[in-house]
Amino acid sequence: MKAFRALFMRDIRLAMRQGGGGGMAVGFFLIVVSILPLGVGPDLNLLARIAPGLLWVALLLSVLLSLDRIFHADYEDGTLDLLATGPLPLPMVVIAKMLAHWITTGLPLVIAAPVLGILLNLDPRAFLPLMLTMLAGTPALNFLGAIGAALTLGVRRGGLLISLLVLPLYVPVLIFGVGAVDAVLVGPSPFGSPFLILLAITLVSAVISPIAAAAAIRLNLD
Amino acid sequence: MFDYYANPARFMKLSGTLLPWVSWLAVIVFAVGLYWGLVVAPADYQQGETVRIMFIHVPAAWMATFTYGYIAFASAVSLIFKHPLADVAAKSAAPIGAAFAFLALMTGMIWGKPMWGAWWVWDARLTSVLVLFLLYLGYMALWQMIEEPVQAGRAAAILGLVGAINIPIIKFSVDWWNTLHQPASIVKGGGPAIHSSILIPLLIMIGAYMVLFSALILAAMRAEILRRKVRNMRLAQAEAGSHG
Repeated sequence: MKAFRALFMRDIRLAMRQGGGGGMAVGFFLIVVSILPLGVGPDLNLLARIAPGLLWVALLLSVLLSLDRIFHADYEDGTLDLLATGPLPLPMVVIAKMLAHWITTGLPLVIAAPVLGILLNLDPRAFLPLMLTMLAGTPALNFLGAIGAALTLGVRRGGLLISLLVLPLYVPVLIFGVGAVDAVLVGPSPFGSPFLILLAITLVSAVISPIAAAAAIRLNLD
Repeated sequence: MFDYYANPARFMKLSGTLLPWVSWLAVIVFAVGLYWGLVVAPADYQQGETVRIMFIHVPAAWMATFTYGYIAFASAVSLIFKHPLADVAAKSAAPIGAAFAFLALMTGMIWGKPMWGAWWVWDARLTSVLVLFLLYLGYMALWQMIEEPVQAGRAAAILGLVGAINIPIIKFSVDWWNTLHQPASIVKGGGPAIHSSILIPLLIMIGAYMVLFSALILAAMRAEILRRKVRNMRLAQAEAGSHG
């Protein structure tokens, strides 16, 4: 447990001191949400209807771009080699780094989302459901993204490759996340069913991802 | 038998003798299936002659899914048993599966224009096949971008298994999404129940696609084994040259 906490705190401290992690992700989130109406038109009714989907897609892209911060820095300076041979099992290392990454990158995005929803004329009834679904969904996005990040450790200029690998895996999270918010805004169907499925997806990915990512890291370290 | 053919030389010998027979069998079954489906089978009373595209579209979509299952199985064998030819099999199957998915999408669009009036609709099945196609593209991209074949094989095996676990989840989510945004007209694939006069040529076409898959995978695996041989020879030559 001590090793886990030490690694977790180290990653949080690094993310906060290096700067750029959470801040840049939120900045990217803001930019994408700002240029969307430039592309789609300023009609407030249209924007209100598509706001949950737009916010979720922008969230996906922001998480995607922050993925290579999880492992690449440690891979390049050799820390990952030390972690792999250390006392903490590699899947636990992955979980610790994932948690730190989620707190420093995912949570700021979740908090920024309703604020950006105002830009898109999002119905205020949807603010809380949006944050809840994003709180439930961003861990899944981070876990699934970690698999892609771990697989592409050895590949140079692999940014687009991570997106190609990971975006199809994001499809269920996107569908149920937006579905839950729309259920509150539009549908007769309850918020509960898609939200619970979203939680289930997060839990499943929390189990699969450390194993798969650890295997991929070991593969790339050899 | 699995272990016997792990030796690439033995596999090359077996596949070399099998390949011409399987290829000709594919041609024959395709000829039978296409004639039966496109000429002999009756036209649908609602859709007319355009329903005949189903004989090409449905087996292609089925094979796209089957091939991903094949890749998942080969990935599992590669990771668990470290069978030398397992990742060769998986790598060879990927372009074939992607081509089947692409064919399903194209024929779906061609079928869709007269039926729904639009080239593309976001219905559950077309969307699922599109996501499957994207999964294939990502899988092939990973193989391409990692230089060393054995390492690429292990990485691709992990991705293949993760993708296979996610496919039921993706399919379920796309189906759910589609029920939310149900279009005005509800589309049924070939009609309420498939009469035997249409079912039998459909099964023959599925068989034809399977035989075609076998022929293509044998040829592709042979090509991949030869490619690795050439790479090893080049590396050995470069090393010998550097010592010379």
